[in-house]
Order: sequence, then C-alpha cells, then structure tokens
Amino acid sequence: MASHGIKDRVAIVGMGCTRFAEHWDKGLDDLIVDAATDALESAGTTKEDVDAYWLGTAQSGMSGITLARPLQLTGKPVTRVENYCTTGSEALRAAAYAVASGAYDVAMAVGAEKVKDAGYQGLNAFPVPGDGTARTLTAAAMFSMVAPAYAKRYGVGEDELREVLARIAAKNHANGALNPRAQFRKPVSPEAVCASPRVAGTLGVLDCAGVADGAAAAVVVRAEDAHRFTDRPLYVKALSFVAGSGSGLMDADYDYTWFPECATAAADAYAQAGIIEPRRQLALAEVHDCFTPTELVLMEDLCFAERGTAWQEVLGGTFERDGELPVNTDGGLKSFGHPVGASGLRMLFEAWLQLRHEAPAERQLDTDRTLALTHNLGGYPGEMVSFVSVVGTELG
Amino acid sequence: MRGIVSIAGYVPYRRLERSSVTDFFGKGGGAGTRAVAGFDEDTTTMAVEAGRAALDSCPTGRSSVFFPGDEPMAVWLSTASPAYLDKTNATVLHAALGLPEEASAYDFGGALRSATGVLNAALDGRGTVLVTVADRRDGLPTSVDEQAAGDAAAAVLVADDGPGTPVIAEPLARASLTTELLERWRAPGEACSSVWEERLAEGWYAALGQRAWERALAAAGIDGGGIDRAAVVGMHGRAVAAVRRSLGVRPGALADDLTATVGQSGSAHGALVLASLLEQAEPGETIALVSLADGADVALFRTTAAVAVWRPVAPVADQVASGAPIDYARFLAWRGMVTPEPPRRPQPARVSSAAASRSVPWKYGFVGTRDRSSGMVHLPPARVSASGGTVDDMEPAPRADDLATVATFTVDRLAYSPSPPVVFAVVDFDGGGRFPVELTDVDPDGVAIGQRVRMTFRRLYSAEGIHDYFWKATPVRSAPSAAATRS
Repeated sequence: MASHGIKDRVAIVGMGCTRFAEHWDKGLDDLIVDAATDALESAGTTKEDVDAYWLGTAQSGMSGITLARPLQLTGKPVTRVENYCTTGSEALRAAAYAVASGAYDVAMAVGAEKVKDAGYQGLNAFPVPGDGTARTLTAAAMFSMVAPAYAKRYGVGEDELREVLARIAAKNHANGALNPRAQFRKPVSPEAVCASPRVAGTLGVLDCAGVADGAAAAVVVRAEDAHRFTDRPLYVKALSFVAGSGSGLMDADYDYTWFPECATAAADAYAQAGIIEPRRQLALAEVHDCFTPTELVLMEDLCFAERGTAWQEVLGGTFERDGELPVNTDGGLKSFGHPVGASGLRMLFEAWLQLRHEAPAERQLDTDRTLALTHNLGGYPGEMVSFVSVVGTELG
Repeated sequence: MRGIVSIAGYVPYRRLERSSVTDFFGKGGGAGTRAVAGFDEDTTTMAVEAGRAALDSCPTGRSSVFFPGDEPMAVWLSTASPAYLDKTNATVLHAALGLPEEASAYDFGGALRSATGVLNAALDGRGTVLVTVADRRDGLPTSVDEQAAGDAAAAVLVADDGPGTPVIAEPLARASLTTELLERWRAPGEACSSVWEERLAEGWYAALGQRAWERALAAAGIDGGGIDRAAVVGMHGRAVAAVRRSLGVRPGALADDLTATVGQSGSAHGALVLASLLEQAEPGETIALVSLADGADVALFRTTAAVAVWRPVAPVADQVASGAPIDYARFLAWRGMVTPEPPRRPQPARVSSAAASRSVPWKYGFVGTRDRSSGMVHLPPARVSASGGTVDDMEPAPRADDLATVATFTVDRLAYSPSPPVVFAVVDFDGGGRFPVELTDVDPDGVAIGQRVRMTFRRLYSAEGIHDYFWKATPVRSAPSAAATRS
C-alpha cells in the first residue's frame, strides 16, 4: 500500500486557456470550445484523435454531456468530475491516470466554470437538502480565521500581519497586471488592499480572489509518445490528492495556522517527484491563493518556508517575480480570477508557458530550473481537499 | 398538594429605548424600554429558553422532573404569536428539552387569555406539566402597542408535591369573570392588533377586575391587607392602572409589573411577572396575580418552605438588568417594518423535513456523540470515530447545557443572514468537543478569543414557511447586580 505516482509516464503536449473575466458575452459552451480548440491546436491534434475526455466543472453543468455537446464529441467516453475548487486538477488527474494505465493513448482534461451568471457575489454551492444545521458562512469568513490564529501563534503583530497579507495581494496583482489573460490588469498597492472594504474578519475585498468565468484545457499522452506532438512536452512528475475527513472542525487541537491536507499532499508529491528542496528546485509555484492568509500558510505547508517564517519571507520578497521562488507569476486566483472548475488547469497553463519559455517577454521568468508546482485546494480550514502536481521539462 | 414547583422568565437581550421612536417620528414612544426578541427568536425559541431555566432551577434536577413517577412530564405552550399553525409548536420544545416520546406536547389557542387558562388547567390537572407561555408583540410604528408591548416568555413547572418535585407555591384561591366584549383583535396572518376606543374597555375591565378580586379574596378568606405581593397584567394600560389603584393592598405590596423595562408581553406577561414575584418571595407569603384579557382572572398563591431552597438560575431581575440597546432602525428591520437590501447572496434553501426527522437529537437537542474508546466528542454526531476509527461505538454527548470557550472567531459581512453581519466562532466545550457556531446577542466587536459562551436555541431562518431551528452560542454574562437575592 503506497502512493507510487506516475513520474515521467505521461506528458502534457498541448494546452489552452481563455482569458478569465466577467464574460457577459460568452456562455459555458463558448468558453469550453475556446479552451479545447486552443489545446488541440497547441498539441497539433484533433478532437477525433483524443480517446477520452474529462470535464471538471463544479456547478456549471452535470455529466459528460456538458462537454460532449458543445464539442460535438461522438462515441467518446466523456466524464464530468467535481471536487470543490480542485475540480480542474481532478480532471487532469483522471486524464493522466487513464493514459498511464494504458487504457487510452490520448486524453483531454477540460476545466470550465460560468460563475457570473448566478447574479450573486462570491462563489456559491448549490444547496443539498439537509437538516438545516450546516453552517452557511462564506469561504472568506472561514479563511479569515487563519489570520488572527497565525498572528497569535507566531507572535506577529496585527498591523504587521496586515502588511504581510497586503504584500501578497499586491504581488499577485502586479503579476496579473502583466498578464493579458488575467481578470484584473491593474497593479494594486498594499495600502489599497488594507483600505479595501471589509468582507470578513480583517479581510477586505482585495484580500479575496477574483470571481470570473473561464476555461482551460490540456492534452495528455504517454511520455514516449510526447515528441510526436511537441518538442517541449511537460512531463508529469507527481500528482497527489488528499480529501480531509473534516475532523479539523471538531478537533480542539487544530489551531487554524496550517492546512494538514495540503502538507500531506505536498509531502506525497515531493516523494513522487523526488524533490528534496522545493524552494531551490522549483522554477515557480502556482498556489491556491483564494484569500491572502491562504497563500501565507501555504508557503509553509508546501515547505517553501519553515513554520512561522513565511510572513518574514513575504516581507523579504522571496516569492516575488524576481525572488528566490516566484509564486503565482500569472497573477494567481487573486488577479487572474477563479472560475472554480478551470483554476487547477489555469495553474498548469502558467507552468506550461514558463517552463517552455513561451510567456511574453515582459513576464517570462529568467530561470534555468525545469520544474514547476501547482497547488489547488477546496473547502475550508479544517475540512479541505488539496491537490499538488509537479511537472517538468526533463525526464528523470 | 399540587402547585408550582419551579418557574422562570425569559427576557430577550435587546432593549428599545421608547424615546427613540419619538426621536425618529416626532411622535409615539414614551419613557423606559421594551424588550425586543432577537431576529433569530420566535415564541417557540423563547419558550424553550424559559423552559430550560425553569427545569434547571429545580433543586432536584431535570431527570427527576422528566419522570416524576411512571408518567413523563407534559409540555404545553400557549402564545398569541405561534411560529406555526396546524403544526404543534410544543413538539419543538419537546425535542429541544430532550423529552421521551411518552411525554405529551400540546399548543393552546391563539388568544392572549389562553395563557391564563393553560396555567389554571395545569394546576387543576394531574401529572407534571411544564407550562410555557411566550409572545412577540408587534405594533405599527408610533403606535401604543409598539412601545408599550414587549417580547418575553415564561415557563411554570406544575406538579404534585413530592420528593422530586417540591412545590414552592400552592394555589390559594382563584376567580375568573367573563363577558363578551370586542376591545382588541387581530385577524389571522396580521402582525399588529387593532383596538377599540380604549375608554370603552377601561371601565368594563375596572369593574370586572374589582369583582374578581373581591371574589378571590373572599374565597381565600383574606382581605387586601393579607396580600404580600400583587401585580396586574394586561394589554390595556389604563385598565391595568385602574385595577391596580383599586386593589387595596398594603403600600409596597404592588410589585414592579415590568412594563417600564420589558413592556406588556401579552401571553407571557402574567407568568413572567409571577416568576419575578416568586423569585423575591419568602416562605409563607401570599402572592396575587390579576390578568385582564377578555375578562378578569385573579389567582392567589401561597409560598411554601420549599421556596427558600429553590434556586432560580436566571432571575428575571438579572435578565432585565443585563439587556443591551437596539437602535430603532434595526428594530424596524427585525420586525419587518422596513426591509433593508440583503447581501447579494442566495438565501438558504428550506430545511428538508426528512433530513431533520433523522436529526432530532442533534438539531433540536444539540446532542453529539462520544467515542467510547477514545473519548473524542463528535459534533455533529458521527458513526465512525475521527479518533481511532471505531464504528458504531458511540454514546450520546449532550452539549446544550455545557459552557464553551471561544478558540477563534470572525465576522462575516458577506454571508446571508436575516440581520448581517454574521458573528461566528469556533468554540470548545467544557465537557469536550469543538464546534464552529454562529454567535447571537453579541455585537461584532464584542467577541474575543477565550470568551465564555453558552448555547441558546434559535431560529436560523425561514424558507417556504419552514423555520430552521438550531442552536447558537451567546456570551455568558455575569449578573450585573445582586438582584437575585430575595428582598
């Protein structure tokens, strides 16, 4: 019994990603067609040559038909998957494992979400009939409880922590400002983040991810076939996933300063990929910055910083574009936006661009490292799902 | 001997300064305050809180009351503002108090006077009965009812005197006079009452009250000078004042009728005032309660020696003294008189009756489970232990009466609530177990890590006519004065 991983057995050979935005003029089908078409073109293949499809969408549609109909796929196995905000990553896992198993030669993972048609602020889960005792707090409120807990545990002053969180938001907005696909293209100062209207706890609206529509897609093949599609494939080094049991919500020892599901998923991914020092080995990391305290804590859960030190690393610029380990170089959920089912694959798209040195010059990282990490989570502190992938351009 | 074994009032936390009505409209209002039910309180939830306090005040404890003999306690509810029609509201009390299925639960009538009748019926009846009365009184802005009325509940535990149920006050005499007169009415579905020109009923009530008073005194074989404490209750303020003047009791025997602080709380008010009188009474006192509602009802009680060892856990005087203000704008919003724009978030879906039916001990009783092997408490209840993984080796872990401590908290300004923002905390119970829970009767800046909280039964929201009842936490507030001590 072990998590063996599928290191170097499958490769990503084509990707597409729409702009993430309030796409009032585009429906889910349009976003799916745009992302899938770009991914197929990028891989130099056609929909007929893809043997199996997985669609990740949290609540924009049900069943594989949500993908099969807009793409007019006939006679293909098409599956819709959902796993909270890791839904897009879940589609990639399914496609990668399907190819690794030998069941299919070519598989496609599509993630798509049409959030802005609901007419509500933030993200909303559709209601499951229940006994009326489940809490109805927003994600912002659940994650806002991390900030005071972290400050208290590590002796960080309230104002100091406020500045740290603002720096995280400002960094991701600065990155997004350079990215034509990002929802928000305007740099935001740390002062503006601090001054933004309060949403929950000490978090202002600028501490929260953008809410956007969008889609992204990836074509996955066996590693040995990769060069038939592209001369610069991304090899899958690790795919790990952990679903929490929810016990953090009733465990008096859980202190809201870390996400055990993320730490476990990261350890598994590093073991699969053979990564010893992620901070020195990774060219970049795309992490689930749904709220600014989330990114702060993730820097420790993902072993980019020692426990209790991430706040100092943030202030020291470690995770800036020109820092030791750039994080969320595409703008992150914060400024790229967060169409739930698409976000996991959007993160992978940034790894695809940066590791292949295909990002526009103004935002291409100057790096000779060949590995990137994507981290995707869903749920809340105490009750969370977490995904970590590592991809790289070299075999071995 | 059959009589009152325990009694408790429930006064909601918020108080409206009556002058704030005048400040806003240039008319209406008055002096003093009125009690205001929380946006998450209805007559059922307030009756639950009063019932819990009455039971917990019994020196013999709840279990001896639930099964005093072979016959389990019955729970009755009377209110002029029921949360449901057709469906029995007392069954919610039954579930919240964790009563066995053999215990009966009945609602009694919509009229204000039913509250008097139900207590009389319990005193005349048999077995152990928890009589609860509650009301949530509305009035149009600037009306007399808006400012003079109040929201409250009370619970009276009635039983035969016995080792598990020592009677603290026994009925001495009663008189009830009735004639038909339309002076206050409200059609089903309407929030506010209508009243006839009040001078019509003033004299009518005064005369009827006087005659009933004399009959009760005669039946008891005493005169007004033999009354130690007396109160007159009723929605007709002028009639109440007139009857008070005519009682002929000793100076000082006329008690505070709570109208200056709580307001006339309709169905609840008689038992609420009676609770307040008994909380101050010594053994051997004669207590009189006059109720004016579609007639006149006089009840005389005599306190027993047991009243000296009876320990009210939440004296009315303490509750009155520990309230906090609510501004008039929020009051109007809570009463549905104005409708502020809600957060742009979906409203909760209705509760599934099927799901709720499987969840009665948890949803209504706040009973979790405790793993017998590891001791870990699971809130909500679980079959598989989060600590050790044993399956179906759990025992009930009731936590409704446990105090808890705030581990962390937040204020959610985006989430849907009938009264945003949502104040929310992760709390650890003294008896073990952690639960993330909404706080109530608290200001957003009034929460701190380490704060002590207790659980309170509330209505979270309503959708498609279905009320969602569950528990919230509220700060433990120490009594501001020694008001509990008997005078």
